[in-house]
Amino acid sequence: MTTVQERPTGEVGAARKRKEDARLITGRTMWTENVMLPGMLHLAILRSPMAHARITRVDTSAALREPGVVTAFSGRDVAETQGSLPCAWPVTEDMVHPDHPPLAVDEVRHAGEAVAVVVARDRASAVDALATIEVDYEPLPVVLDMEEALAEDARLVHADKGTNKAYTWIFDSGEAGTGHGVDAAFAGAEVVIKRRYIQQRLIPAFMEPRSVVVDPTGDQHTIWSATQIPHILRVMVALVTGTPEHKVRVVAPDVGGGFGGKLQVTAEELIAFMAAQRVGKPVKYTESRSDSLLSAHHGRDQIQDLELAARRDGTVLGLRVNLLANMGAYLGIVTPGVPLLGAFMYNAIYKFPAYRFVCTGVYTNTTTTDAYRGAGRPEATYAIERLMDELAVELDMDPVEVRRRNWIRHDEFPFDTVAGLTYDSGNYEAATDKALELFGYEALRAEQASRRESGDPVQLGIGVSTYTEMCGLAPSRVLGALRYAAGGWETASIRVLPTGKVEVVTGTSPHGQGHETAWSQIVADRLGVPFEDVEVLHGDTRTSHKGLDTYGSRSLAVGGIALVNACTKVVDKAKPVAAHLLECDVSDLEFADGAFRVRGAPSDAAGKTIADCAFAVFAAHDMPEGVEPTIDADATYDPGNFSFPHGTHLCATEVDTETGRVTIRSYVAVDDVGRVINPLIVEGQVHGGVAQGIAQALFEEAVYDSEGNLLTGTFIDYTPPSAADLPDIVSDRTETPAPDHPLGAKGVGEAGTIASTPAVINAIVDALRPYGVSDIRMPATPERVWQALRGGARS
Amino acid sequence: MIPAAFEYTKPSTVDEAVQALADGGEDAKVLAGGQSLIPMLRLRLAAPTLLVDLGGLGELRGVRDDGDALVIGAMTRYADLLRDPLVRDHAPLLAQATATVADRQVRHLGTIGGSLAEADPAGDLPSVAVALDVSFEVVGPDGWRTISAADFFVDFLTTALGDGEMLAALRVPKQDGWGTHYEKFNRVAQAWSIVGVAVAVRRENGTIAEARVGLTNMGNRPVRARAVEEALTGAPATVDAVSSAAARAAEGADPPADVWASAEYRSHLATVLTRRAVVAAGGIHAS
Amino acid sequence: MTRISITVDGVRYDDDVESRTLLVHHLRDRLGKVGTVVGCDTSNCGACTVLVAGDSATTRHAVKSCNVLAVQADGTEIITIEGLAGGDGSLHPVQQAFHDRHALQCGFCTPGMILAAVDLLAENPDPSDAEIREGIEGNLCRCTGYQNIVRAVRDAATALRGADVAEPASAVDGQMPGTPQAAPAVPSEPESVPVEAVPRPVP
Repeated sequence: MTTVQERPTGEVGAARKRKEDARLITGRTMWTENVMLPGMLHLAILRSPMAHARITRVDTSAALREPGVVTAFSGRDVAETQGSLPCAWPVTEDMVHPDHPPLAVDEVRHAGEAVAVVVARDRASAVDALATIEVDYEPLPVVLDMEEALAEDARLVHADKGTNKAYTWIFDSGEAGTGHGVDAAFAGAEVVIKRRYIQQRLIPAFMEPRSVVVDPTGDQHTIWSATQIPHILRVMVALVTGTPEHKVRVVAPDVGGGFGGKLQVTAEELIAFMAAQRVGKPVKYTESRSDSLLSAHHGRDQIQDLELAARRDGTVLGLRVNLLANMGAYLGIVTPGVPLLGAFMYNAIYKFPAYRFVCTGVYTNTTTTDAYRGAGRPEATYAIERLMDELAVELDMDPVEVRRRNWIRHDEFPFDTVAGLTYDSGNYEAATDKALELFGYEALRAEQASRRESGDPVQLGIGVSTYTEMCGLAPSRVLGALRYAAGGWETASIRVLPTGKVEVVTGTSPHGQGHETAWSQIVADRLGVPFEDVEVLHGDTRTSHKGLDTYGSRSLAVGGIALVNACTKVVDKAKPVAAHLLECDVSDLEFADGAFRVRGAPSDAAGKTIADCAFAVFAAHDMPEGVEPTIDADATYDPGNFSFPHGTHLCATEVDTETGRVTIRSYVAVDDVGRVINPLIVEGQVHGGVAQGIAQALFEEAVYDSEGNLLTGTFIDYTPPSAADLPDIVSDRTETPAPDHPLGAKGVGEAGTIASTPAVINAIVDALRPYGVSDIRMPATPERVWQALRGGARS
Repeated sequence: MIPAAFEYTKPSTVDEAVQALADGGEDAKVLAGGQSLIPMLRLRLAAPTLLVDLGGLGELRGVRDDGDALVIGAMTRYADLLRDPLVRDHAPLLAQATATVADRQVRHLGTIGGSLAEADPAGDLPSVAVALDVSFEVVGPDGWRTISAADFFVDFLTTALGDGEMLAALRVPKQDGWGTHYEKFNRVAQAWSIVGVAVAVRRENGTIAEARVGLTNMGNRPVRARAVEEALTGAPATVDAVSSAAARAAEGADPPADVWASAEYRSHLATVLTRRAVVAAGGIHAS
Repeated sequence: MTRISITVDGVRYDDDVESRTLLVHHLRDRLGKVGTVVGCDTSNCGACTVLVAGDSATTRHAVKSCNVLAVQADGTEIITIEGLAGGDGSLHPVQQAFHDRHALQCGFCTPGMILAAVDLLAENPDPSDAEIREGIEGNLCRCTGYQNIVRAVRDAATALRGADVAEPASAVDGQMPGTPQAAPAVPSEPESVPVEAVPRPVP
């Protein structure tokens, strides 16, 4: 194992309050919607009211006569030039990959698809004029259900493709040589658990609606966008529109949440780009919440058919996963790959030797799905953690015990998994023990027994969930092997200004994660400069020309290493300068506590700081021979492996058996995310992740009617929970350093979401076992719980 | 989203308001607190040509004691009701239901008259109004008249208000000596009720002398659960008696089905919540 | 067009507005008060929350500015997130507590969340955690799980009680707890928010 360097000046690991807050709590934030430019026009988009229809006529001429309207056009007007929205992850060679025009031309394939646009002097005029656009739709049959979509005579989303199947992707541990074949495992099984679980469709529902401003008037086309991926967006805009890449500048200013939902190259961005080019003026589009829920990409929506083979002593022998993944009507930037990220996680923290995963991507007349917090991993973890509980029941074993018998012990790392990954480090025993203690597991079990005994109408359930996740997306060679179009490296640049202040340019693109603070802590320690003297710049391709942005818990796990490496280079470059200033040999110098000193000199001896060196190279009057007058440095880091944080979450639910209402009584999260740079930020990520996972378990679902209309198109019907709906969360940590990371850090962005959903559902099912209930569909609404109770009672 | 354009007027007297409504014709609409109307305008589900803002009518705001009843101006805001000592002392059920409406920001602007005149059966106040036999004082081109709660709510989002009429005040019978409770069951804290139950009971010795039960979101208009009331009247104040009465809560109701609940489930909930509400209102303890 | 006069963060503005203009759009698009944001169109999210006084209500109170027409706000005084900090740049105790407790991540819900909390504490200076959770039920946050928001509001309540400015009575005469006039300077932690980062008070 690599040695993890200790905290040199104590910033790393400190609960620093965030730098970002100063502007956010005083209303001086720069949201894209705040961008106002001279001559700026406003864009409104007419969206399809039908889920599937042929467009036989579009007439925008009346809109042009409306007051304030500058231009109006439809997909037909730009059919030859608009290009196709990109999918960067063709997961198989023969994947069916339909065109995805930003503006529909001849056919709409989901409700909410953009059909025509108006550009006007003000927002209200643009919206008003939409009503004057005439569109004739000829309805086409709608296909919504994945299994129906795959049937022999299915109605087709893309008639020209002849199928609704996007791809089938298979991983088999026997074939891959990462384990045995599953058939033998099942043949030798004493117990087989067979289940179907439904991952309902969710909507990321970031709080800041998407917004884009395109200014075509400068030498570069400048795009401000509420995006997680400014760098990827720049490349894609260049590729899709044919605009030379150096003529495109993308700025992601302050971005109000993403959760994967802003990991997209959107129709709206390209439509605004086209519109701005057309009128030669800056154009702004900001979506309404109802537009956002309808047309921004959705998440999850999978059907999981699962078979688990085990021995009666609790040893799991193998797992078969047959997955249907709803693509929606088109492919987004990483749509086909999302379920594949889960493919590597179904074995979770367990050692079983045989695994087969088959995933079929399916087109339906629904909004495109794509990444949502966890992206594939929550689904996988849900499946295996539900199965482990079912196995425990089958064997009359405690659910913690059945996990213990199968998990990788802390002395078995690094561990090569049946899915072909190498887990870096972990201590599942420690995290679980800590969680059980904080939770008061035994006492709650006793209370559960007494409530069962007394027939209390409010039953108590206990849910166990363990997890690991692959953070740090991603080693480029792995992405290449999975046919992803781009790499997984990250960049950092350090500029030491003449006065010793430091600008850090990162290729990550934070939207709530606190990189400005955490990156400052890392740089402060590494360069020995005050935390306050570090400014972190991000999200503008003019200052940060390269990067792969923020998603997949990658920023610290990958970008953090680039940052550390850049710091190391700065120190290396400053060293000859300091030696020259100190009139000593480079080999006699060491760098500690923020200064270069002659080795062996007392720590209060005069030394030369990074600031001294920065000024020396600024003046450059007296540089050592052959040394470049700068100590600035860049680094690009491509990870050799993923990192694997893990944890154990426990949930106690009270279930009102009369109404079906579920109330979370207590929730304990013990996460091991490696070394922590800032515990405040880590805890906040866990809280938020847990809340989103609870929301999947209890509150949220995107629902379509039989015609393909989204019934949950406002926050009245799509219901993210409020403070009053969520429990107090007890969170704690264990700390197993990441051996491959110079700071020992792993990643935390998705952990809570991955762990919490199965914890809650396991708890509900646990409460209802005596009533014959063995599953509950998500979200576990009061009615679903009540219906399950009735069904269970009948059976 | 931005509302479609409309004309706006803010009269300073009731007469002016009535005149403005008359002049505006059938596409004129009253703007009370706006807390339900403005989202409808923004989503362009409503497109009135004229909004008559009653916000300037101080005479329609406030609570006064009128002997055996409280008279509450239609433009009295939820937050004002919650703060009002007369309401607290004499119309506790109204206060209890009002406290559950939406969230504090909405309660600062939303008005009792706006809520009742909207006649959304999922709203919390209409069921209180029918349970308590609130009288609706309305004014229009033909002057003033009074409509009973039973007659006021005609259908989904439809009231007995005639053309050009507006709701001016509510006459809420005092419930001195009654126990009351509003039991709300919703998906998330700020959501509309899946089902709500408004209950007032008056106990005499060990029995329930009188009971009033109104149901929220159990039909296309607020429902008075007469069967429950009859079963409770004269029944012993015991959980068992309440349970068997509450089992009749859905009789005559025609609950809606939507994304979050089926009609069958709503009917079931009505019985459970009615039992709980009556038990709470009556201060009834398990024996 | 209707002529309206409103005072926002201490400055009076007279403007002609379309009757359909929402207060939040008037604040943002006309007055440049872009600290107040729009997160939904059904008044569920609360991101647009501001404090209003003077519309014949008895106290200042939080409203959702996307759910009010600008014409309805004629004659009122409004405090937005941009006007909450003290004249000397000191943060309002609720702002300070949000910073101290890491009660925000992306920050989009934060202006509304802070103002809803200010409103809650004006009415209930010593809320329980359950009362805090219910008190901010009209404000959605997608990042924090609310845990640190509840902690921050609890801390702010303590700070405000200590400073004795959370009495609702102070609002009757038009003083908002924590406005420059009403709030004593909160001991600011030098390392917490750089002074240059705090906006200057409006003239």
